[in-house]
Amino acid sequence: MRVTVIDYKAGNLTSVLKALRHLGAEVEVSDADLAPIASAERIVLPGVGHFAATQYLDSTGLAAAIHEAIGRGVPFLGICVGMQWLYAGSTEAPDQAGLGHFPEQCARFSDSHEKVPHVGWNSLEAKASSRLLAGVKLGEFVYFTHSYKAPVSADTAAITQYIEPFASAVERENVMGVQFHPEKSGETGLKILRNFLAWERQGMA
Amino acid sequence: MITKRIIACLDVHGGRVVKGVQFVDLIDAGDPATQAARHAGEGADEIVLLDITATHEGRATLLDTVRRTACGLFVPFCVGGGIRTAGDAAQVFEAGADKVSVNSAALADPNLIDAIGRSFGAQAVVVAIDARRDPNAEDPVRDAEVFVQGGRKPVGRRVVEWAREAEARGAGEILLTSMDSDGTRAGFDCELTAAVSEAVGIPVIASGGAGTVSHFTDVFARGKADAALAASIFHFGISSARLLKEELAREGISVRLPC
Repeated sequence: MRVTVIDYKAGNLTSVLKALRHLGAEVEVSDADLAPIASAERIVLPGVGHFAATQYLDSTGLAAAIHEAIGRGVPFLGICVGMQWLYAGSTEAPDQAGLGHFPEQCARFSDSHEKVPHVGWNSLEAKASSRLLAGVKLGEFVYFTHSYKAPVSADTAAITQYIEPFASAVERENVMGVQFHPEKSGETGLKILRNFLAWERQGMA
Repeated sequence: MITKRIIACLDVHGGRVVKGVQFVDLIDAGDPATQAARHAGEGADEIVLLDITATHEGRATLLDTVRRTACGLFVPFCVGGGIRTAGDAAQVFEAGADKVSVNSAALADPNLIDAIGRSFGAQAVVVAIDARRDPNAEDPVRDAEVFVQGGRKPVGRRVVEWAREAEARGAGEILLTSMDSDGTRAGFDCELTAAVSEAVGIPVIASGGAGTVSHFTDVFARGKADAALAASIFHFGISSARLLKEELAREGISVRLPC
């Protein structure tokens, strides 16, 4: 299986590429070039750092190309900031719009006595209908490192508790996102990536 | 619920894991890639690899070690030792590290923290601080002295103010080693850890002094640590991350138990 990983100059891709290759994927890295998106079989949008970095997706035309690929039914997985980008936007960079595939806004964790960023291993409460999280048992742990998060909504595929419940995974048909780092989450993370690599449109071969 | 992290630390020298007391009498403790995989398999939440000699000539060996170690590792992986510039950090990330730890180079030029954070994100920058209580200071704990060169040279900074500056510059975590406790196996310095952890909003990893399970319970409860580093306790089969975590869970500490 072939996976197109988008390099939008937001952090280090090495770990994501390594995990996908470990699972047998043929990985292609794409930056400003739109041609690989047009012929992509699967797309992964990683990303650590600031939401403002997603500006690169707009200025290069990648956002429009991804929008079109998603419309064709290409399985898409956003990781961390890559997940947040699927929403309308984030208070981290109010002037930078997200893709808007999910209508909600991402926001910083509320003020509390807990530390922000949320760093470390936390558990998932996955929706039984999630195909991305198939086989992930209640309370399995994954690795997080982030200060902004998506709210719980109808499209939420998993909820995690930190300060407040937030969407640790989102999924609607071929469009999926995870706030945690599956490439850094041991066997549980590899299982989730394997599910993504095996994702096929239902009713198709 | 967020869990307390147990981090396995591998000191490496010339491509091998070594263990000694305060950098002398080094004993060979195996191959870094094998050791890292074993610790991760036994439930370590993260692996830290420290190049304890960090010579210029040794950089190629280190990068090769990082590459080999990262290859089969699917938990967070932090590398420290000899990272002097953002360019050094970039090479280590390229080789497969998720985070870098900077210590003396950040003290010499604090802009290094900002520079690495800008390119790779705050989550990728761990500022390591080696501190020793200062009995002559008004507050011997909060004003513990910061040292470099394995605790030989004071730099004229105080632990809490330096940790706060590191955070303000964009550090993602603080790795705090108590020079008083390091190598003693008599327990972490909980007062020092709590003083730093309460002064910053980023996670603090406690290091130095681990010898028994109750030392970990203590540093999580009294020391308010978000994570604890263990090196010698895991070597030579003295204890494994799995056994440590099972005992911590019995003590009511929230940990990730391996499946």
